[in-house]
Amino acid sequence: MTVARFWRKIPQRYNLIGTKCETCKRHFFPPRTFCPDCRREGKIVDHKFAGKGTVVTYTIIQTAPDQFASHGPYVLAIIKLDEGPQMTSQVVCDPSEAKIGMRVRSIFRRIATDGESGIIHYGTKFAPE
Amino acid sequence: MLIADYAGMATRHIPATRVEAACASGGLAFRQAVIAVASGMEDIVVAAGVEKMTDVEPGASTDALTGAADREWEGFVGATFPGLYAMIAQDYMHKYGMTREQLAQVAVKNHYNGARNPIAQFQQEITLNTVLKSTMVAEPLRLFDCSPITDGAAAVIVAPLDRAREFTDTPIKVLATAQASDSIALHDRRDISTLDATVAAGQRAFKMAKLSHKDINMVEVHDCFSIAEICAIEDLGFCKKGTAGKFTADGETALGGKIPVNTSGGLKACGHPVGATGIKQVNEIVQQLRGTAGKRQIDGATIGMTHNVGGTGATVAVHILGRV
Repeated sequence: MTVARFWRKIPQRYNLIGTKCETCKRHFFPPRTFCPDCRREGKIVDHKFAGKGTVVTYTIIQTAPDQFASHGPYVLAIIKLDEGPQMTSQVVCDPSEAKIGMRVRSIFRRIATDGESGIIHYGTKFAPE
Repeated sequence: MLIADYAGMATRHIPATRVEAACASGGLAFRQAVIAVASGMEDIVVAAGVEKMTDVEPGASTDALTGAADREWEGFVGATFPGLYAMIAQDYMHKYGMTREQLAQVAVKNHYNGARNPIAQFQQEITLNTVLKSTMVAEPLRLFDCSPITDGAAAVIVAPLDRAREFTDTPIKVLATAQASDSIALHDRRDISTLDATVAAGQRAFKMAKLSHKDINMVEVHDCFSIAEICAIEDLGFCKKGTAGKFTADGETALGGKIPVNTSGGLKACGHPVGATGIKQVNEIVQQLRGTAGKRQIDGATIGMTHNVGGTGATVAVHILGRV
């Protein structure tokens, strides 16, 4: 991923900033620029998510892609944010602690590195609440 | 275009189009061929798929396959394809109580069928223990829950029915072609362990053919992972949601069962040459309908179905074929 492409995603990546439709109150993460339900009647505004949520489902990745391999096994999960949207992220905990329904909070962490001289990607992970 | 050129057809200036829909590319190519012929725009169309996956190292092929998911919001945080299907499996087992052994039976059954298919990548039978003791990839999925990296190719010739006998003594009729979409990211689905695009495409296909699941003699479903076959047979209506594990363990999807599933060995044993898979599924059903499927032949087969999935369910193509 190029540096420029990464910068464009900073509000979403670093602060969990998505959007909300003021017409139907539905929240979107990642942000949508229009509401798929209200269409032209929708009114989209930025929304900063509280970063609290619940694990809907998870897995423990044993065979990881190269840029994640140094982590060892890690917990990958779908998290339902309290405001409604679901997102995929890692949960930083002992893999044996992971379970469906566990409460988590967002944390800012290093996600991956593009080799030894490449840029370091930061973003949102979760930890037990 | 590549296929047209290497087949020596490009210099004859025939139209050639590349169809890309990840693992559903073959199914969509077949559907485009059917639409082109049915509309009268073209007389004869070849739908072909080819994949040479072993030319690159495993890391490169795994990375290319991750492109079928949401790179920005799934791949970026460390999701792998087995990882996404593992989350479907975890959700499914949590909700419906399917056992690990029931899930493993999908792979055992598909290897049994593959052992009866002379073009299958893996022609060896396996036992439950082969699956349960294989390397953990992404919990709860193990190596033998996953389809392999495959080199392969397949082609289907589509022609109007009134001309088909010019080319073959045993034409097979396309009774329905259907397609549906869903979100690219798994986390945006209504239900993690239901592929709504499979439900929609299946219903559209049955409606178009004026048939129900009871009329289908055998089905090739997209078992890129064992859990994918479990979801597919439920979402297509062959058994109730939450019961496919028992249905499989009871032998209802085996050769001679209520609805034989993946008589070819499926993606697991016959192989998963990504872009060719959807075409290969059609080939298997055609062989079954012609009565040329050898040791895996379903007696008296008259109607069959194919189900091809792109990503974790973002694109689904379903076809129903029948004997003329």
